[in-house]
Amino acid sequence: MTRSARRTRRMLQVAGAGVAALLALSACSSSDDSSDASPKSDKSASSPASPKLSGTVTVFAAASLKESFTTLGKEFEKQHPGTKVSFNFGGSDTLAASITGGAPADVFAAASPKTMAIVTDKQDAVGTPVTFVRNQLEIATLPGNPHKVASLKDLTKSGLKVVLCDKTVPCGAAAQKALEASKLKLTPASYEEDVKSALNKVVLKEADGAVVYKTDVKAAGDKVEGVEFPESAKAINDYPITVLKDAPNAEAAKAFIALVESAEGRQVLTQAGFLKP
Amino acid sequence: MSKVDQSGAATDALVGGERRRRVRARRGVPLPLLVPGVLALAFLVLPLVALLVRAPWHGLPEQLTSAEVWQALQLSLLSATAATAVCLVLGVPLAWLLARTRFPGRGFVRALVTLPLVLPPVVGGVALLLALGRNGVIGKWLDAWFGITLPFTTTGVVVAEAFVAMPFLVISVEGTLRAADPRFEEAATTLGASRFTAFRRVTLPLIAPGIAAGAVLAWARALGEFGATITFAGNFPGRTQTMPLAVYLALQNDPEAAIALSLVLLAVSIAVLAGLRDRWLTTS
Repeated sequence: MTRSARRTRRMLQVAGAGVAALLALSACSSSDDSSDASPKSDKSASSPASPKLSGTVTVFAAASLKESFTTLGKEFEKQHPGTKVSFNFGGSDTLAASITGGAPADVFAAASPKTMAIVTDKQDAVGTPVTFVRNQLEIATLPGNPHKVASLKDLTKSGLKVVLCDKTVPCGAAAQKALEASKLKLTPASYEEDVKSALNKVVLKEADGAVVYKTDVKAAGDKVEGVEFPESAKAINDYPITVLKDAPNAEAAKAFIALVESAEGRQVLTQAGFLKP
Repeated sequence: MSKVDQSGAATDALVGGERRRRVRARRGVPLPLLVPGVLALAFLVLPLVALLVRAPWHGLPEQLTSAEVWQALQLSLLSATAATAVCLVLGVPLAWLLARTRFPGRGFVRALVTLPLVLPPVVGGVALLLALGRNGVIGKWLDAWFGITLPFTTTGVVVAEAFVAMPFLVISVEGTLRAADPRFEEAATTLGASRFTAFRRVTLPLIAPGIAAGAVLAWARALGEFGATITFAGNFPGRTQTMPLAVYLALQNDPEAAIALSLVLLAVSIAVLAGLRDRWLTTS
């Protein structure tokens, strides 16, 4: 009697374990599905070349370009029906590394000539990259600026949690340049891997301040408050853009860059807070 | 040999146990199993071989003697060990609860425990920020009452690593508990031991190998943790920059340094696995 009861209990336990395993498996497969669905469809990319633009343009762009390029991408798709712009936003250095590593991209827009040089040095670009915008640094603080940050020097006050971009990323290099120009020493809480994650630490109120781009402060709306500082004039980043040598869709890539450089593209970019080249 | 092969099942049924085992081992491995199996092995090993092939052996001593590398390695070992300790202290009791008690919704709880296994670690990092960050659901009170903030600290690294590593330990220990015979514990309790004494004196020694295997798994997972750590604890050399973070950031501007760092991590992992192989990781 007791033994059989125990046996059924065992079986129930085993069944329970099986259910858990199934749950884990199904959770696994569903996440696989979603990741399978997201990449750009290759069907359109491999369609035969026609005089009209078609297929997917893959644009690797600096994280700070996210909002304005997304807008321009939609505009491009509207102007050229049948095309699709697929973006990969990230730290310019990461993007450059994946391009030289053979990632199939058509356009590269970097946040600094230095990261662009990684690509041009490997002869992975077509022609000379063109500077299409410039970007200036700004301090992002919590809404209402509770710590009364008014200058770059205020960020060095003890007790303030400040995040910077890592020195390998353009915004980090620029921040370093501005700090050196004003002979300030700032020990941040963290060196973030790109400008958006630095900004997000302030948006989530984990950091009291971050040195990011004007455009990022603008894009974050009222979630952060921007503080301009004069030293930023000494560390303005040029943003170069280029068609890549192994571009699978070079024609559309050229057209996309033309749109970025057009009056319309300029307008979108300056609205986002970028400076004219 | 081929004669034995052809005679097949009939001989199998006739010959004794000892003989049968020998025959089975001698028989050819079926191709549909052999080919994918070897492919799987190559798939797992080739990238590591490539790492060795492309390693900048000449500059290696310089790359590895830099202070930052040792700082990162030290921090990695320390935080992974601390995270494993946290997993042991909290995870073993949880595994016991799941294996030895009954309560409504136990299956659901078990599914929740495995959630960090399938969750992308970056999502885990964001979740940790929202829970334990300075402005988080619990972190707000930690900050207000005790002045404790976890993000951007080494403790934050340990928390992030424990979060991702704990399920490995819990699942492993729970499996061992289920396989262990509960009659020993029952005997102990009938002889007057309290349930906790029975757990401490009987169950714990019984499942020690399972706990050790789980701890090794958790430690290895913690050592390699990247996504949750960089999201929750940030990246600052000497404080929160563990080896995987150092590898990732080095890859951006100095791929050779990244390869060198990867080699160190690989060597450490192999050393640990090899050291523990005979004791804990043999298939039970």
